Amino acid sequence: MSRARADEEEYWHSSKFRAFTFDDEDDELSQVGAEPPPRPALWGRGPTLVCAQTVFFPQLKESKRAVNSLRDIVDDDDDDLEKVSWSGEPVGSISWSIKETASSSSSSLEGRDTSLQKGSSSYAALPKQVSSYSLSSLFKGRNRLPSLPSLSDAFSDTGVKNYAPELRRPRAEYKDYSNDWSPRDTVRRMQRGKVCSLERFRSLQDKMVLLDEAVAGHDGNVITAVLIFLKRTLRREVLFRELEVRQVALCHLIHFLKETGEQKLLLDLLRFLDRTEEVALSQYREHLNIQDVEKKREFLKGCIGLPFSAEDISHIQDHYTLLERQIIIETNDRHLAMAGQSEIFRKYPRKASILNMPLVTTLFYSCFYHYTEAEGTFSSPTNLKKTFKIPDKQYVLTALAARAKLRAWEDVDALLTTKNWLGYTKKKAPIGFHRVVEILQRNNAPVQVLQEYVRLVEDVETRLNLATKYKCHDVVIDTYRDLKDRIQLMAYKCKVERGSAEEEKINSLLSNMQIRWKN
Amino acid sequence: MASTARRDAPEPPDFGILKRLARDQLIYLLEQLPGRKDLFIEPDLMSPLDRIANVSVLKQHEVDKLYRVENRPAPSTSDQLCFLVRPRVRTMRYIADIVNADKMSGRSRKYKIIFSPQKFYACEMVLEEEGVFGDVTCDEWSFYLLPLDEDIISMELPEFFRDYFLEGDHRWINSVARALQLLNSLYGPFSRVYGIGRCAKMSYELWRDLEEESENDGQGRKPEIGNIFLMDRDMDYVTALCSQVVYEGLVDDTFRIKCGSVDFGPEVTSSDKSIKVLLNAQDKIFSQIRNEHFSSVFGFLSQKSRNLQAQYDRRQGMDIKQMKNFVSQELKGLKQEHRLLSLHIGACESIMKKKTKQDFQEMIKVEHALLEGFDIRESTSFIEEHIDRQVSPIESLRLMCLLSITENGLIPKDYRSLKTQYLQSYGPEHLLTFHNLKRIGLLTEQAAGETLTAVESRVSKLVTDRAAGKITDAFNSLAKKSNFRAISKKLSLIPRVDGEYNLKMPPDMAYVFSGAYTPLSCKIVEQVLERRGWQGLEEVVRLLNGNEFAMADGAPEDGAGGDAQRVVVAVFLGGCTFSEIAALRFLGKERGCRFIFLTTAITSSARMMEAMAEAKA
Repeated sequence: MSRARADEEEYWHSSKFRAFTFDDEDDELSQVGAEPPPRPALWGRGPTLVCAQTVFFPQLKESKRAVNSLRDIVDDDDDDLEKVSWSGEPVGSISWSIKETASSSSSSLEGRDTSLQKGSSSYAALPKQVSSYSLSSLFKGRNRLPSLPSLSDAFSDTGVKNYAPELRRPRAEYKDYSNDWSPRDTVRRMQRGKVCSLERFRSLQDKMVLLDEAVAGHDGNVITAVLIFLKRTLRREVLFRELEVRQVALCHLIHFLKETGEQKLLLDLLRFLDRTEEVALSQYREHLNIQDVEKKREFLKGCIGLPFSAEDISHIQDHYTLLERQIIIETNDRHLAMAGQSEIFRKYPRKASILNMPLVTTLFYSCFYHYTEAEGTFSSPTNLKKTFKIPDKQYVLTALAARAKLRAWEDVDALLTTKNWLGYTKKKAPIGFHRVVEILQRNNAPVQVLQEYVRLVEDVETRLNLATKYKCHDVVIDTYRDLKDRIQLMAYKCKVERGSAEEEKINSLLSNMQIRWKN
Repeated sequence: MASTARRDAPEPPDFGILKRLARDQLIYLLEQLPGRKDLFIEPDLMSPLDRIANVSVLKQHEVDKLYRVENRPAPSTSDQLCFLVRPRVRTMRYIADIVNADKMSGRSRKYKIIFSPQKFYACEMVLEEEGVFGDVTCDEWSFYLLPLDEDIISMELPEFFRDYFLEGDHRWINSVARALQLLNSLYGPFSRVYGIGRCAKMSYELWRDLEEESENDGQGRKPEIGNIFLMDRDMDYVTALCSQVVYEGLVDDTFRIKCGSVDFGPEVTSSDKSIKVLLNAQDKIFSQIRNEHFSSVFGFLSQKSRNLQAQYDRRQGMDIKQMKNFVSQELKGLKQEHRLLSLHIGACESIMKKKTKQDFQEMIKVEHALLEGFDIRESTSFIEEHIDRQVSPIESLRLMCLLSITENGLIPKDYRSLKTQYLQSYGPEHLLTFHNLKRIGLLTEQAAGETLTAVESRVSKLVTDRAAGKITDAFNSLAKKSNFRAISKKLSLIPRVDGEYNLKMPPDMAYVFSGAYTPLSCKIVEQVLERRGWQGLEEVVRLLNGNEFAMADGAPEDGAGGDAQRVVVAVFLGGCTFSEIAALRFLGKERGCRFIFLTTAITSSARMMEAMAEAKA
């Protein structure tokens, strides 16, 4: 792209054109060796070629017609070209396939030879294999074509020979290049993967007609192609202004800029469109690519000033604070763990670093390793809770999971106990006691601990289910007693152990005359 | 399955030819670079490639070593490198880096890039910018259609969803049009074309264009497919967001079916290794349970096991001759059946285990409440708790989207609080995910509609009428209201059943969601086919934001067109779920017609949610 542009500018802005020499191409070719000459008519490269050829106008007046027809062809039948091998014969023809088999079999023969002569590397095989694709064989092919001599004479010294294979079928009639394809036809040809030079669309109006045609053609690939051309040939403000009223094209440009990573231009565009929130998000997105945490932290700090929505700005602030906090905790804890002094780190070695983890994970970590720390320290759970305004429900849930994992049942108890103003204590769980039970059970809490909370499950049916499932016999028995359900209680008797305290309890209840059973 | 078909559905056409075409073209392209070469394959293309060719085919065509295209320097020592890739900018940079590194070290090799299914101008631009244009040759492998099963054809373009619906990029429309052209030329001409959605319409128009150009001589041929129905994914997000409960859908949700095959891990195989299983109509066990509601699967499998046991047991009373017969003729089949049976039983157990852990029952209850529109507050707190417990980032997101779409957006207070808790539970960078979900219209705030119209009218003032129309269109596509409740009412998507819904002998397509909801997408297909057009569906079309079309090209009347008139290609632009496939297969059996599924990719709620996240560059 940049090269094409340079060439072009050079040509249009300077009187002496020297930048383009076909010799360059030759050098490149011989360097690459086996590489077939580049197909000139491919899109994107087209403009360069056209410019270069224009240079020859004054020098080769008499061959102007020929040149023009060359352009026509070069820009035209590339789909036909694809079916022509570099020796100029149509692919799939017998002679072609014979040649192919010959060359491939000879190369495989060669392969065998070299493998026989032990020691000689594949390097030996390379030049020969290449030779069947050398430039000279290429030109032999060209000369065999009957219609060519006059053309090739005209170009004898210019190096156009690179493109010789394409010169097979000059058009009888010369059609003026600049009027060749209407915008509509241009778009259609591009949709079919054919090559079209866009350079002749020079007035803004022409460009926009072309763009609108591309959009109307529904092929995003072509829309993007036109946009690449417009981006190259229009000042960005002009392009932006035109795109503002062309939403479909605008989407394509934005997506293209995202994909190619032209962040600066993207931001300019979004700013121009007054999409400030997207400007902010798009910049914020870059943090994903920053590996180093210190750098990431600095970057996030810079993000705080970006024009986010009021709601998001607090999220960004939190993100920064969280990472800052994690860096402190991580440095500290890594040190502690290495020193081996702290019992908790020895007993439960850290599995991973806390950096870049979500807040809830960080809270869990802090409840696990730093539960008893005073609020003043950065790593204490209460500090995290306060700093990030973590809702009670979320806090209890996370702390519970962490303490249960450590089987610190007194902590669990304390967490769920509240004191009212008279000094009475009461059990309270903002997440519902069925969840508490579930979490405790998952951490293999003993029945004594478990049943205390099963008892507090409000919904009777759920309570009975949980109590039965986790064998909290006392709770089951008490619940049936409260329900005055004698039949169920009797049925439950066979689920408890013979001669156990539970059985005894059931028996005494069943013989208690003061209970008014409902059945 | 359920009720007996009034008329047998016609057999699906043979799609094997699509594979052969793709394979032949690939071989031809590989031969364009004669001699030994190393082949670099895009990871996304490996599974599709596996389905049409194998290593020995590649080796036959002088492919030496195979590499995966990834962000690492290539260790290849070959003198010819061939890259089989999707047209992506970052892949171009990867290739350019290899070429440029070679240039620096003075090494000369041949490079060839084969784009599948087509080349993009942007890719060539990158090659040019990187200074390697001309050093590499480019080709296109027009591998548009991969038959995954006898009735499923996939374009294997999962990125279609994000590219079109989120970014508004029309790059794949040409590929869709070409795929349709190919299908039409091989199995058409299609006499009736129906469609709904902007992308459907554009694809149809571009395809028409292509057809006009090519002098198709297919007029005299007897068509195998008579009807085609194109639909955009954004016509119906709800269906794609629901938990799947038909077996194939559950297997996909749990293990991820990739390109028609699945990796069953040790927990399924009850051994220490994983087994890769091809899931299609050839699997005699799977083909009988794939479309069944999960609750019926156990019964079927245990019945099968008993039968199998009985067949084995027959050995007991056999004499030598009978035994010889048994071993030579039946044993192999029985063993095969036994293997499949134990795999699917293992899969079922594994699914059950995972689902119980996730409170599946409760979740399904919440989903049904959302679909019917009651207990919104309870559902919201369920989702909240789901988030707080860090159950699963994808599931949490899915439920929020379902809430948003069924309710035409979340009320701002809920939106804010759920978003905050989500970011706290799963990471602040999901701010970007929320932004994307808002843009695509999957997760919105109820007030958002107003601000949008403000922008819209401001922009409209600046431009001519014609352009203004386009803008309104564009805005509509970006964040349209879902109107789910109204559509659901209009099409009676929530079946009214007295008593228990019979999942074993289901009365309608709603069985794919336990009888709680008829998939909207499938209902639209059913209605349009029944009416042979959109007459009488005007209100539904309006609620879906229009862009419907119906064309009949001298279509023969019923009966006259033969079997082809009873074959319908259902095209899903942006992906199709196994639940939808099951529902339409059911409909096909009921109506005596055959559905062929053509999708840009098989999708699921998880894939859709993942497509909305922002990844590292």
